[in-house]
Amino acid sequence: MRLVLEKRPEASWQMALASPFIAFALTLVAGAIIFALRGNNPFSALYVYFVEPLTAWWSVEQLIVKASPLILIAAGLAVCYRANVWNIGAEGQLYAGAILGGAVPVLFPEWQSPIVLLLILVLGAIGGMAWGAVPAFLRNRFRANEILTSLMLVYVIQLVLDYLVRGPWRDPQGFNFPKSITFTDWQTMPFLTTSVHAGVLFALFMPLALYFLMAKSLKGFEVRVAGQSPRAARFAGFSEKRTVMFCFLLSGGLAGLAGATEVAGVINQLQPQVSPGYGFTAIIVAFLGRLNPVGVIFAGLLLALSYLGGEAAQMSLGISDKIARVFQGILLFFILVCDTFILYRVRLTGVTRGAAA
Amino acid sequence: MAEMPYLLEALNIVKVFGTLRANDDVTLRVRRGEIHAFLGENGAGKSTLVKMIYGALQPSSGEFRWQGRAVTIANPAAARELGIGMVFQHFSLFEALTVAENIALAMPGRFDLDALSRKIARVSKEYGLLLEPDAMVADLSVGERQRIEIVRCLLQEPKLLIMDEPTAVLTPQEADQLFKVLTRLAGEGCAVIYISHRLEEVKQLCHNVTILRHGKVVATELDPQKETASSLAKLMVGGEIHVVHTPRQKTDGKPRLALRNLNLPPDGPFSVALRNVSLDVKAGEVVAIAGVAGNGQSELFDALSGERTLAGNDMITFDGTACGTSGVNHRRRLNAAFVPEERLGHGAVPGFRLSENIILTRHASDEAVVKSGMVQKDGASGVSERVIKAYDVRKGKPDPEARALSGGNLQKFVIGRELDRKPGILVVNQPTWGVDAGAAATIRQALIDLSREGSAVLVISQDLDEIFEIADRIAVISRGQLSKAGPAQDMTRESIGLLMAGAHEEREVRHAAGT
Repeated sequence: MRLVLEKRPEASWQMALASPFIAFALTLVAGAIIFALRGNNPFSALYVYFVEPLTAWWSVEQLIVKASPLILIAAGLAVCYRANVWNIGAEGQLYAGAILGGAVPVLFPEWQSPIVLLLILVLGAIGGMAWGAVPAFLRNRFRANEILTSLMLVYVIQLVLDYLVRGPWRDPQGFNFPKSITFTDWQTMPFLTTSVHAGVLFALFMPLALYFLMAKSLKGFEVRVAGQSPRAARFAGFSEKRTVMFCFLLSGGLAGLAGATEVAGVINQLQPQVSPGYGFTAIIVAFLGRLNPVGVIFAGLLLALSYLGGEAAQMSLGISDKIARVFQGILLFFILVCDTFILYRVRLTGVTRGAAA
Repeated sequence: MAEMPYLLEALNIVKVFGTLRANDDVTLRVRRGEIHAFLGENGAGKSTLVKMIYGALQPSSGEFRWQGRAVTIANPAAARELGIGMVFQHFSLFEALTVAENIALAMPGRFDLDALSRKIARVSKEYGLLLEPDAMVADLSVGERQRIEIVRCLLQEPKLLIMDEPTAVLTPQEADQLFKVLTRLAGEGCAVIYISHRLEEVKQLCHNVTILRHGKVVATELDPQKETASSLAKLMVGGEIHVVHTPRQKTDGKPRLALRNLNLPPDGPFSVALRNVSLDVKAGEVVAIAGVAGNGQSELFDALSGERTLAGNDMITFDGTACGTSGVNHRRRLNAAFVPEERLGHGAVPGFRLSENIILTRHASDEAVVKSGMVQKDGASGVSERVIKAYDVRKGKPDPEARALSGGNLQKFVIGRELDRKPGILVVNQPTWGVDAGAAATIRQALIDLSREGSAVLVISQDLDEIFEIADRIAVISRGQLSKAGPAQDMTRESIGLLMAGAHEEREVRHAAGT
């Protein structure tokens, strides 16, 4: 007997729904093994990591604040990946949004008006779109692989921000720390509760808008056709280049908006690092959320939990908070494994010759 | 047992896919030296059956016996080990490699190109399958590519050779050559399983016929010499086959589709350039373009549909409107419709439901399907149901994904989607490629009916039987040049065969230069 991977006649929607849950369960098992190997009690470690952060209200608020950029970025990436456009550089587009949005209070520190906040958000989105347009242009014009270009541009823009906050944009009163001035009043997001800023509303409404776009509009249809069969998309009269540009502008814009809300809502200044890798984690969120903008909301909350759990593990178990990256990586691995079974199934076959006789 | 055991026996083979019984209690026997035809409509279960024989699929129940012994054919490698070779309908060759390199990739054991080249030369000479081991596959015709696949099988000295619709891509002359090879192989004791839709061919070539319908064997051990094409067709479809009826063509039609000195450069190393293509298709007529695959048919289709736009706007005129530089949707709004050769992935998105595939070609020209940028689900489903009903598209569930349909049924759907719009101009590339006789007759009749209602119908086809059945005028394409279209009744297979080989090319160039 041996195992054979056999193509299903049609994609299994049951498996498409079950896959993230199975993947998460497998991640827990793998995590338990890692903790056990370290000498921790796996059950209490998993409790500290995945349950404890949900037992206090302040920590749930933290969860929402951390989930919101993930959701915002992943919703855009979900549309991208549906079109077979591989924007891996959302982290860079987030930085571009943070820089362009943050430029307003840095360059006009005295300016206080609701327009300032609006401008920060709009420029943030524009910054992300502009940075996203670069790999789209390179692919359309020179057939450059957007996976490489978008990823490499992340490091470029991070260095740009690094230069700015160490040089021209450094706070003159900041004791030479590489930080800009601190933003105040209309230069920051209003708060809904003590720690939840209004930016989380974007994370709630943008996915719903994108869901509507994908399910009901011709544009969404175009994106899906482009992803599934480029030849058929051409036959339908949809331009591939237009789709590539659209996807990058959309996902870049949302990543840029996330960057602006982080800067104006959480950090309140510019500094060399404005994101703990939200743009990369959002890739996992997009897949875990089934490339569905609404599914991304739930997936974003789960991945945000992995960040909080990492911090909790650092405090109570003395493990580096890099453990969060480990869990995220394991989770992505298991999702990709489980997703194979949406289109395929496993079967046992006999190979013993003459056994049937 | 006095007689030699059968080479291959399939006993009560059942293959279940979900709820579909693709093979239902199939029992048949293949003897040494016999050319055994598998006939059946698309979706009848022929491909499933041969895939199991070749080890690519496993039966749900039942058993195969090879030379009297029960065997499990676990995978294609095991099948090859037993002595079973298969030539697929779609070749799996690397265009940028040579003949010998391509064959080497499929051979077990050590990689010795020189020895292999000598072996290829010997086998190809022995069987009259002319092949140059050092030739680049990209430079070869489809017929030659098929020879590579056959030689690849012959090198492994098969006892059973499976051929899946081998003549679909060949000129009449090439097909005759193939028949000689198969007859010779059979004479040497090799059995051949021959899948085809062409009943005349089966009568000419085969010794034994098995007919499948809806996964069941409806007849086996038939002697094709004692059958007529229509008696075989009747068994295949389970009823009288529709005879295509061609009403007289009105002769005073206005030209609706006009091509004037259409030129298009190649868009890749393996693409053909179109040169000075000129053609008129009038209201009320079917014009067919014959030719061997790879002579510019797909390039011509792309130019006609607007998937590739042209340098000059007046190279193409639809109903008096020049549209050479406009895209596919603009042309659709001029009441033109297009059906490409490849159903899955070009004419339809495999993973989309049929109702979604309706949107693909109608989003720009049909308010019922897409209105102010919003997809109208009900409208699309309505059109889909209408098409399914009008063209008898058979399917397993209400709105399946396109890839779940059999080739013939998907083709009926893809053509029906365009016919449903009552287009004034219809361009179809290979309308019945890989489609069973019943569906093919339905499609051909629909094309003729459309033309007689006053539309201009242009059919690009490699199937001469089909062309003679439906065309009022015939032109031939070879190496990107189109011959003058002549009345079908004045043309013969031989005259078309000569044009396919390029007899018109020189003259046409001079003719074009002279005017």
